[in-house]
Formats: sequence, C-alpha cells, structure tokens
Amino acid sequence: MFQKSPYIETFTRYFLGFWAVFTGFIFPLIIFLILFYESRLAIQKFGFLQFLTSTSWDPVRESFGALPMIAGTLISTFIAIIIAAPISIGIAIFITELAPSWLKGFVITCVELLAAIPSIIYGMWGFLILAEVMRNKVEPFLQTVLGPIPLIGKLFSGVPTGVDVLTTSLVLSIMIIPFMASVVKDAFNLVPSVMKESAYGLGATKWEVIKDVVIPYTASGIAGGLILSTGRALGETMAVAFLAGNVPQIPKSLLEPFTTITVALANQFTEADTPLYLSSLFYLSLFLFIISFIILILAKLMVLRLEKRWKK
Amino acid sequence: MQERNIEIEVRNLNFYYGKEKALKNINLKVFKKKVTALIGPSGCGKTTLLRCLNRMHDLYVGNKYEGEIIFEGKNILDKNIDLIDLRSKIGMVFQKPTPFPMSIFDNVAYGLKLKGVKGTELKDRVEKALKDAALWDEVKDRLKESAFSLSGGQQQRLCIARAIAVEPKVILFDEPTSALDPISTAKIEDLIVQLKLKVTIVIVTHNMQQAARISDYTAFMYLGELIEVGPTEKIFTNPEKKLTEDYITGRFG
Repeated sequence: MFQKSPYIETFTRYFLGFWAVFTGFIFPLIIFLILFYESRLAIQKFGFLQFLTSTSWDPVRESFGALPMIAGTLISTFIAIIIAAPISIGIAIFITELAPSWLKGFVITCVELLAAIPSIIYGMWGFLILAEVMRNKVEPFLQTVLGPIPLIGKLFSGVPTGVDVLTTSLVLSIMIIPFMASVVKDAFNLVPSVMKESAYGLGATKWEVIKDVVIPYTASGIAGGLILSTGRALGETMAVAFLAGNVPQIPKSLLEPFTTITVALANQFTEADTPLYLSSLFYLSLFLFIISFIILILAKLMVLRLEKRWKK
Repeated sequence: MQERNIEIEVRNLNFYYGKEKALKNINLKVFKKKVTALIGPSGCGKTTLLRCLNRMHDLYVGNKYEGEIIFEGKNILDKNIDLIDLRSKIGMVFQKPTPFPMSIFDNVAYGLKLKGVKGTELKDRVEKALKDAALWDEVKDRLKESAFSLSGGQQQRLCIARAIAVEPKVILFDEPTSALDPISTAKIEDLIVQLKLKVTIVIVTHNMQQAARISDYTAFMYLGELIEVGPTEKIFTNPEKKLTEDYITGRFG
C-alpha cells in the first residue's frame, strides 16, 4: 500500500521556502554587503555627500565624484521612457483592441523579436547607422525647428555629433518597447469584457471605450509596466557604451556626449590601477544598486496607490 | 395588440457563433412599456437573443445574424445601421455590476457626456437618473467618491441609473440580480416595475418567480428555439406546450 508521507510536504515547503527567501532576499543582501565592503576605501575618502555631488571624475588626480554618471543614467533613462511610453501603449492598444485576429499574432511576434536582439547589436546599429542619420538629418532638423523656442531650444543646442544623449535614449527606448508593450498589453487583457460592453452599450465609440474605460481601469498596470522598464533601461550597458560618447560630464543639452554608471564601470574596471580607483568604481556600482532599489520601491508604492484609489 | 404598440419585432431570426447555430428561427414581439421576460434552461439562447437586440455580438468576430429585427421602422440588422445611435436607444444592464473607474457622478454622466450634454443640464439629468434609480438619497452626499466604494446592490442601481440617464427607449437586463442578495434583488425588481412607465424592458432571468413577479409577457426558450410566448399569467398558469409546462413546474431545467 502506498501511503502519503507528511514529511514530503514539510520537506517541500522548507526546501522551496529556502530557495525563495535565498534568491529573493539573502542573495541581493550578500551582493549589497560585498559592494559595500569593496567600496570602503572610497567611502572613507569621499564620504556619501561629496561622492554624490562632486562632478569631477579624474583618475589621474584620484578625485572621484559620481554625479555625472548618476545624472547621465537618470537622464537617458527618463528620456527613453518618455519616448517609449506612448509608442508601447499604442502598440498595446492596437494589439488588444484594434488589430484583426490574423494580424494580432504577427505583430506580437514582431515585437517579441525586438526583445530577442542582443543589446550589442543595438549598439552597433545605433553607432554605425542611427548616429549618422541623427548627426546629418534629425539633429540639424530639430535644431532649426525647436531651436528658436525658449527653454526647449536650449535642450537642442550644441554641435550635432550623433553620439549623445538623444541617440542613446532613442536606442534605449527601442530596447524597452517590447517589454513595456507586453506588460501594458497584459494589463489591457485583464479588463473584463462586460466593462467594455457597458460603455459600448451607452453608445461609446471604440476610441471612447479605450480612453474612458480601458486606460483608467488599467492605470496601475501601465504605471507598473513603465517603472519596471525603467529598471531595464537603468542597467543597460552595451548599447549605451557605443552611443554615449563616454565623457564624464553632466550633459547641458540633448546633443552632448555623456556617460552612465554602467558604461563607466564597463570601460574602467580594467584600467583601475590603484586601490582607491577600484574602490570608487565599486562605490559607483553601489549607487546603481541603490537607485534601482529605490525606483522599484517607488513603483510598488505607485501601483498600490493607484489600485487603492479604485478598488476599495 | 395593435401594431403600433410593438417596440421591437424579431422576425425569423437565426444567429450563429461561427458555425454553431445558437438561435433558430425566432419570432418575437416586444410590446411598448411592458416587461418581457426571457426564461429557459442554461444555454437555451436567451442571453444570445437579448444581445442581438443591441447588436452586442458585433464586438466579436465570427458572429452572424440572419432574419430581421424591426425597431423604429428599420431592420437593425442592416449593415448601415448606426450602432452608436442604436445602443444609445437600447441600453443594457449586465449580470454583474460594471461601474466604470470614475466617480459616482461621472458614471451616470458618462453616456450624457458622450452625447454632448453639459453644465447644469448634465447635473440635473444625473440627479434625475439617480432619483429614478432609487439611489439618490444614498449617494447625494458622496457623488465625487469612486463608484467602487458602493455596495454590490448600489453598484447595480448605479448601472441602471447610467443606462436610464441617456433616456433610451428600451433597456435590456441580462440577469441583473443573479449576483445580488435578496434585499438588493427586491429593490431592483421594484425599480424595474417603476421603470416600465417610461421604457420598454426585456429581461433575461433564471429565476422563474422573478419573471412571474415583474413581467407582463414571458417567452420560454429551449435549445435555441422560442417554444412559447404570451402574457405571463397565461404562460405560468395555462401554457399551451407540454415543454413549457414541464419547465415551469420544475420537471427539468
């Protein structure tokens, strides 16, 4: 006779529970502690505020400040999200509400394929082809059109090089669109069909149903998708390394070269010949870790708040 | 009954979900300002028939109508019928309450805003609709709150208010009380009886007592066919068909 053993259940619970807690909590904690330990020299030398606010990154004089990289990371990510969000929401609307069924599968596959392209290929394409087009066509065009407008014009001042914030953000946005569109699409699919039918039943058009029911109903899902994509853009290294120009300065316009935390790390680890230099790079990566962490928490809070607002 | 008292006339209607024939040669007259109940066992096509009346099936691919449904002298199954206009004249209330993710006021105002109603007229008509739906006293101090903060029964009355706000000629109810407790159900039933002074009502219900209580006419459907239709009293006391009698008396269903 086969008998169920109560031990198997207990064992499974503890075994799986251990892995869940380990990968979800202990493992990141260990990484954090290692980064912290490796950064100790830089922390002693520069402290928190000085490292955060100093704009000089000079390995020769061993003067290290993280602000240019942090600013570059945040700016390029922010612009990438701004470009990607409307396109992703548009793709999701098309897939869930507008596309005939035969086209739906095709579009979904195409968008998923975008996600399958390795980031170094995006970098090469961006550097060899897109940067050319940006330098010769798009950026001069933007300068003539937007240049005269006060404030906005300043964003497009400088000499168009193609290797700058704008091109980097554009490529980043293409890289996060598949992910963002897929999260938003899943959120749209969760809208109960009777909700949409109720609006149609009152004489709403397709567009009014999307605008008044589908998008408000899924606001928390959309916000979550946007912020999760932020996480991806923050950590992107390869493509950005090709396109940022790798100049540790806070960009004053979208047409200036810059660098990000990840690019600085990737480029300089092999060159770091003094303990303080190496330690400063670890300190830099600790900042990336913290920034990602904060953004994820903000995302959770935002989603919770939006959910609470409507689903009491 | 004279012809001019007919609101909707269904003639030789067949309906297909893809290849599956869901309605077979339905003929039905819906009389003005009366409550017509559609009853029958699950899967008999009563909800399918209801959803033909405002062409809700058009939202999904592969559905096909044959025959005629005459409303305001026109066949609403015609290709060139304006569905937006049709659906604002034939409103619908669903099984589960479906409040929109907006405030209580905006929910009721939604259909009116789509029609371009604004300002004080909008406010007055929202208030009137909420009063007609017997909800005004419960919500008048919290119109700005989310509609999700209401109870299930209140949400359903809100949906009814939303439907009557645009002053449709007909309201279709698809088992409107199946998700509600007995007290909320009684309130909705009272409301439906009140509403027929102003609009024509077609209601699908699983609850035969409900059909007996609130409807003037009852249509019994079985396996996609309309077996028998007539005044509710006659259907429940003296049906002509054996099948109807068996269902009414609970021998199957």
